[in-house]
Amino acid sequence: MRADPRVLRFGAAVTTLVLALVLVTGSAWLLAAQAVVFALGLAGRSPYGMVFRTLVTSAPKVTEDARPPRFAQGVGLAFAVAGLVGFVAGITPLALGATAAALLAAFLNAAFGLCLGCETYLLIRRLLPAATWEVHQ
Amino acid sequence: MPPARAWLHLAMTGVWVVLATLALGTGIGVVRLRRDGRMRDMSGDQAGDGRDDRLTADVLGVPLGPRATLVQFSTAFCQPCRATRRVLADVSALVPGVAHVEIDAESRLDLVRELDILRTPTVLVLDSSGNIVKRGSGQPRKADVLTALAAAVPPAESRPETSASQEPDEM
Repeated sequence: MRADPRVLRFGAAVTTLVLALVLVTGSAWLLAAQAVVFALGLAGRSPYGMVFRTLVTSAPKVTEDARPPRFAQGVGLAFAVAGLVGFVAGITPLALGATAAALLAAFLNAAFGLCLGCETYLLIRRLLPAATWEVHQ
Repeated sequence: MPPARAWLHLAMTGVWVVLATLALGTGIGVVRLRRDGRMRDMSGDQAGDGRDDRLTADVLGVPLGPRATLVQFSTAFCQPCRATRRVLADVSALVPGVAHVEIDAESRLDLVRELDILRTPTVLVLDSSGNIVKRGSGQPRKADVLTALAAAVPPAESRPETSASQEPDEM
Protein backbone atom coordinates (compact mmCIF):
# COMPACT_ATOMS: atom_id res chain seq x y z
CA MET A 1 0.00 0.00 0.00
CA ARG A 2 1.20 3.51 -0.85
CA ALA A 3 0.65 6.73 1.07
CA ASP A 4 0.47 10.36 -0.02
CA PRO A 5 3.23 12.23 1.89
CA ARG A 6 1.12 15.40 1.90
CA VAL A 7 -1.62 13.54 3.76
CA LEU A 8 0.92 12.29 6.33
CA ARG A 9 2.38 15.77 6.83
CA PHE A 10 -1.09 17.30 7.20
CA GLY A 11 -2.09 14.61 9.70
CA ALA A 12 1.09 15.28 11.71
CA ALA A 13 0.34 19.01 11.76
CA VAL A 14 -3.23 18.49 13.03
CA THR A 15 -1.95 15.96 15.59
CA THR A 16 0.62 18.52 16.80
CA LEU A 17 -2.15 21.10 17.28
CA VAL A 18 -4.46 18.67 19.07
CA LEU A 19 -1.74 17.39 21.43
CA ALA A 20 -0.65 20.96 22.24
CA LEU A 21 -4.30 21.74 23.09
CA VAL A 22 -4.45 18.63 25.29
CA LEU A 23 -1.45 19.88 27.27
CA VAL A 24 -2.82 23.43 27.63
CA THR A 25 -6.41 22.46 28.51
CA GLY A 26 -5.55 19.28 30.40
CA SER A 27 -8.48 17.64 28.65
CA ALA A 28 -8.37 13.85 28.93
CA TRP A 29 -11.34 13.68 26.54
CA LEU A 30 -9.42 15.44 23.78
CA LEU A 31 -6.50 13.04 24.33
CA ALA A 32 -8.95 10.12 24.19
CA ALA A 33 -10.21 11.45 20.85
CA GLN A 34 -6.63 11.69 19.56
CA ALA A 35 -6.01 8.13 20.77
CA VAL A 36 -8.97 7.00 18.64
CA VAL A 37 -7.46 8.91 15.69
CA PHE A 38 -4.13 7.12 16.25
CA ALA A 39 -5.93 3.76 16.35
CA LEU A 40 -7.74 4.57 13.09
CA GLY A 41 -4.42 5.67 11.58
CA LEU A 42 -2.87 2.36 12.60
CA ALA A 43 -5.72 0.69 10.72
CA GLY A 44 -4.93 2.89 7.70
CA ARG A 45 -8.09 5.01 8.08
CA SER A 46 -6.84 8.28 9.55
CA PRO A 47 -9.71 10.79 9.85
CA TYR A 48 -7.21 13.65 9.31
CA GLY A 49 -6.24 12.02 6.03
CA MET A 50 -9.89 11.89 5.01
CA VAL A 51 -10.25 15.60 5.78
CA PHE A 52 -7.20 16.35 3.62
CA ARG A 53 -8.51 14.29 0.73
CA THR A 54 -11.85 16.11 0.75
CA LEU A 55 -10.01 19.47 0.70
CA VAL A 56 -7.29 18.53 -1.80
CA THR A 57 -8.32 16.39 -4.71
CA SER A 58 -5.16 16.59 -6.82
CA ALA A 59 -3.09 13.42 -7.13
CA PRO A 60 0.22 13.26 -5.26
CA LYS A 61 3.40 13.66 -7.34
CA VAL A 62 5.15 10.98 -5.32
CA THR A 63 3.91 8.31 -2.96
CA GLU A 64 5.69 6.41 -0.21
CA ASP A 65 5.43 3.13 1.64
CA ALA A 66 2.41 3.30 3.97
CA ARG A 67 3.79 0.83 6.53
CA PRO A 68 6.30 3.07 8.38
CA PRO A 69 3.82 5.89 9.10
CA ARG A 70 1.17 3.37 10.12
CA PHE A 71 3.56 1.77 12.56
CA ALA A 72 4.34 5.27 13.89
CA GLN A 73 0.60 5.83 14.49
CA GLY A 74 0.71 2.72 16.67
CA VAL A 75 3.60 4.21 18.66
CA GLY A 76 1.54 7.42 19.00
CA LEU A 77 -1.38 5.34 20.27
CA ALA A 78 0.83 3.74 22.93
CA PHE A 79 1.90 7.18 24.20
CA ALA A 80 -1.67 8.52 24.08
CA VAL A 81 -2.90 5.56 26.13
CA ALA A 82 -0.08 6.07 28.65
CA GLY A 83 -1.04 9.76 28.84
CA LEU A 84 -4.70 8.83 29.38
CA VAL A 85 -3.76 6.50 32.22
CA GLY A 86 -1.84 9.43 33.73
CA PHE A 87 -4.82 11.79 33.43
CA VAL A 88 -7.36 9.28 34.75
CA ALA A 89 -5.16 8.07 37.63
CA GLY A 90 -4.13 11.64 38.46
CA ILE A 91 -0.44 10.96 37.78
CA THR A 92 0.33 14.38 36.29
CA PRO A 93 3.97 13.70 35.29
CA LEU A 94 2.89 10.60 33.32
CA ALA A 95 -0.01 12.48 31.71
CA LEU A 96 2.14 15.44 30.65
CA GLY A 97 5.27 13.39 29.84
CA ALA A 98 3.58 10.84 27.59
CA THR A 99 1.53 13.52 25.81
CA ALA A 100 4.67 15.63 25.36
CA ALA A 101 6.51 12.63 23.84
CA ALA A 102 3.71 12.16 21.32
CA LEU A 103 3.71 15.91 20.64
CA LEU A 104 7.47 15.84 20.04
CA ALA A 105 7.14 13.06 17.46
CA ALA A 106 4.17 14.72 15.73
CA PHE A 107 5.97 18.08 15.61
CA LEU A 108 9.18 16.57 14.18
CA ASN A 109 7.10 14.87 11.50
CA ALA A 110 5.09 17.99 10.66
CA ALA A 111 7.97 20.48 10.73
CA PHE A 112 10.93 18.41 9.54
CA GLY A 113 9.44 15.32 7.92
CA LEU A 114 11.25 13.10 10.43
CA CYS A 115 9.45 9.96 11.56
CA LEU A 116 10.56 9.30 15.14
CA GLY A 117 7.91 6.60 15.55
CA CYS A 118 9.32 4.73 12.57
CA GLU A 119 12.78 4.78 14.13
CA THR A 120 11.59 3.23 17.37
CA TYR A 121 10.92 0.06 15.40
CA LEU A 122 14.54 -1.08 15.36
CA LEU A 123 15.01 -0.06 19.00
CA ILE A 124 11.99 -2.17 20.00
CA ARG A 125 13.31 -5.10 17.97
CA ARG A 126 16.71 -4.76 19.64
CA LEU A 127 15.06 -5.03 23.04
CA LEU A 128 12.50 -7.66 22.08
CA PRO A 129 14.11 -9.84 19.41
CA ALA A 130 11.34 -12.43 19.63
CA ALA A 131 8.52 -10.01 18.93
CA THR A 132 7.23 -9.86 15.41
CA TRP A 133 5.34 -6.85 14.18
CA GLU A 134 3.27 -7.02 11.10
CA VAL A 135 1.21 -4.22 9.64
CA HIS A 136 -0.95 -5.87 7.07
CA GLN A 137 -1.05 -4.12 3.76
CA MET B 1 -5.78 26.20 46.01
CA PRO B 2 -9.31 27.02 44.75
CA PRO B 3 -10.36 24.96 41.69
CA ALA B 4 -10.05 27.89 39.26
CA ARG B 5 -6.50 28.63 40.37
CA ALA B 6 -5.62 24.94 40.30
CA TRP B 7 -6.88 24.75 36.74
CA LEU B 8 -4.93 27.84 35.75
CA HIS B 9 -1.83 26.37 37.35
CA LEU B 10 -2.23 23.16 35.29
CA ALA B 11 -2.86 25.18 32.12
CA MET B 12 0.30 27.22 32.69
CA THR B 13 2.27 24.02 33.27
CA GLY B 14 0.78 22.70 30.03
CA VAL B 15 1.85 25.82 28.13
CA TRP B 16 5.40 25.44 29.43
CA VAL B 17 5.47 21.75 28.52
CA VAL B 18 4.28 22.61 25.00
CA LEU B 19 6.90 25.35 24.58
CA ALA B 20 9.69 23.17 25.96
CA THR B 21 8.66 20.26 23.70
CA LEU B 22 8.53 22.45 20.59
CA ALA B 23 11.92 23.98 21.45
CA LEU B 24 13.40 20.51 21.98
CA GLY B 25 11.81 19.33 18.72
CA THR B 26 13.26 22.27 16.81
CA GLY B 27 16.70 21.52 18.24
CA ILE B 28 16.48 17.83 17.38
CA GLY B 29 15.12 18.61 13.91
CA VAL B 30 17.88 21.06 13.04
CA VAL B 31 20.64 18.76 14.31
CA ARG B 32 19.07 15.83 12.47
CA LEU B 33 18.76 17.67 9.16
CA ARG B 34 22.41 18.70 9.44
CA ARG B 35 23.75 15.30 10.40
CA ASP B 36 21.54 13.04 8.31
CA GLY B 37 23.53 11.23 5.71
CA ARG B 38 26.81 12.77 6.87
CA MET B 39 29.49 10.09 6.65
CA ARG B 40 31.68 10.02 9.76
CA ASP B 41 35.25 8.75 9.80
CA MET B 42 35.41 5.32 11.43
CA SER B 43 38.96 4.26 10.67
CA GLY B 44 40.83 2.86 13.65
CA ASP B 45 39.48 1.15 16.73
CA GLN B 46 36.35 3.22 17.37
CA ALA B 47 34.80 0.98 20.00
CA GLY B 48 38.05 0.97 21.98
CA ASP B 49 37.71 -2.75 22.58
CA GLY B 50 40.98 -3.66 20.96
CA ARG B 51 39.25 -5.25 17.98
CA ASP B 52 39.24 -3.94 14.47
CA ASP B 53 35.86 -2.76 13.28
CA ARG B 54 35.64 -5.03 10.31
CA LEU B 55 33.00 -6.95 8.37
CA THR B 56 34.03 -9.98 6.36
CA ALA B 57 32.32 -11.68 3.45
CA ASP B 58 31.51 -14.55 5.85
CA VAL B 59 29.73 -12.25 8.26
CA LEU B 60 27.87 -10.43 5.49
CA GLY B 61 27.01 -13.61 3.63
CA VAL B 62 27.96 -12.04 0.30
CA PRO B 63 31.33 -11.30 -1.28
CA LEU B 64 32.88 -7.89 -0.68
CA GLY B 65 33.37 -5.46 -3.54
CA PRO B 66 36.92 -5.64 -4.94
CA ARG B 67 37.56 -1.99 -4.09
CA ALA B 68 34.92 -1.07 -1.53
CA THR B 69 31.53 -2.17 -0.20
CA LEU B 70 28.55 -0.01 0.74
CA VAL B 71 26.59 -1.77 3.48
CA GLN B 72 23.09 -0.50 4.14
CA PHE B 73 21.03 -1.55 7.16
CA SER B 74 17.29 -1.27 6.49
CA THR B 75 13.99 -2.20 8.10
CA ALA B 76 10.47 -2.49 6.76
CA PHE B 77 9.32 0.50 8.83
CA CYS B 78 11.89 2.91 7.47
CA GLN B 79 10.91 5.84 5.32
CA PRO B 80 14.27 6.91 3.84
CA CYS B 81 15.58 3.37 3.24
CA ARG B 82 14.17 3.12 -0.27
CA ALA B 83 15.71 6.42 -1.39
CA THR B 84 19.00 5.42 0.24
CA ARG B 85 18.93 2.13 -1.67
CA ARG B 86 18.61 4.10 -4.92
CA VAL B 87 21.50 6.42 -4.06
CA LEU B 88 23.82 3.53 -3.13
CA ALA B 89 22.80 1.45 -6.14
CA ASP B 90 23.56 4.45 -8.36
CA VAL B 91 26.98 4.90 -6.77
CA SER B 92 27.89 1.22 -7.04
CA ALA B 93 26.87 1.30 -10.70
CA LEU B 94 28.90 4.45 -11.25
CA VAL B 95 32.13 3.45 -9.49
CA PRO B 96 33.66 0.18 -10.70
CA GLY B 97 34.56 -2.40 -8.07
CA VAL B 98 32.10 -1.06 -5.49
CA ALA B 99 29.43 -3.43 -4.20
CA HIS B 100 26.17 -2.45 -2.54
CA VAL B 101 24.85 -4.80 0.15
CA GLU B 102 21.51 -4.19 1.84
CA ILE B 103 20.96 -5.96 5.15
CA ASP B 104 17.56 -6.43 6.77
CA ALA B 105 18.39 -5.25 10.28
CA GLU B 106 15.73 -7.48 11.81
CA SER B 107 17.25 -10.64 10.46
CA ARG B 108 20.74 -9.59 11.61
CA LEU B 109 20.10 -8.29 15.12
CA ASP B 110 23.49 -9.77 16.07
CA LEU B 111 25.23 -7.32 13.75
CA VAL B 112 22.89 -4.49 14.77
CA ARG B 113 23.92 -4.94 18.41
CA GLU B 114 27.58 -5.49 17.67
CA LEU B 115 27.80 -2.34 15.55
CA ASP B 116 25.39 -0.48 17.86
CA ILE B 117 23.05 0.51 15.06
CA LEU B 118 20.19 2.60 16.40
CA ARG B 119 18.58 3.90 13.23
CA THR B 120 17.86 2.82 9.72
CA PRO B 121 19.17 3.51 7.22
CA THR B 122 22.70 3.22 8.57
CA VAL B 123 25.33 3.10 5.85
CA LEU B 124 28.82 1.68 6.33
CA VAL B 125 31.63 2.10 3.83
CA LEU B 126 34.05 -0.82 3.89
CA ASP B 127 37.44 -0.83 2.25
CA SER B 128 38.57 -3.75 0.11
CA SER B 129 39.43 -5.88 3.16
CA GLY B 130 36.20 -5.11 4.99
CA ASN B 131 37.41 -2.49 7.45
CA ILE B 132 34.70 0.00 8.33
CA VAL B 133 36.12 3.34 7.25
CA LYS B 134 32.99 5.51 7.16
CA ARG B 135 29.60 5.39 8.77
CA GLY B 136 26.49 7.50 8.52
CA SER B 137 22.83 7.33 9.50
CA GLY B 138 19.94 8.82 7.63
CA GLN B 139 19.60 9.21 3.91
CA PRO B 140 22.95 10.23 2.38
CA ARG B 141 23.33 12.35 -0.71
CA LYS B 142 25.21 10.88 -3.63
CA ALA B 143 28.04 13.40 -3.16
CA ASP B 144 28.46 12.34 0.50
CA VAL B 145 28.82 8.70 -0.53
CA LEU B 146 31.26 9.49 -3.34
CA THR B 147 33.43 11.55 -0.97
CA ALA B 148 33.34 8.75 1.62
CA LEU B 149 34.30 6.24 -1.09
CA ALA B 150 37.30 8.34 -2.09
CA ALA B 151 38.57 7.92 1.47
CA ALA B 152 37.92 4.17 1.43
CA VAL B 153 39.63 3.52 -1.87
CA PRO B 154 43.28 4.55 -1.76
CA PRO B 155 45.05 5.52 -4.98
CA ALA B 156 46.37 2.58 -7.01
CA GLU B 157 50.04 2.90 -5.96
CA SER B 158 49.43 2.89 -2.23
CA ARG B 159 46.77 0.20 -2.11
CA PRO B 160 47.50 -2.44 0.53
CA GLU B 161 49.11 -5.68 -0.63
CA THR B 162 46.44 -7.91 0.88
CA SER B 163 43.69 -6.67 -1.40
CA ALA B 164 45.72 -6.45 -4.59
CA SER B 165 45.14 -10.09 -5.53
CA GLN B 166 41.35 -9.67 -5.56
CA GLU B 167 41.36 -6.76 -7.92
CA PRO B 168 40.66 -7.04 -11.61
CA ASP B 169 43.27 -5.58 -13.98
CA GLU B 170 41.17 -2.78 -15.42
CA MET B 171 41.27 -0.93 -12.15
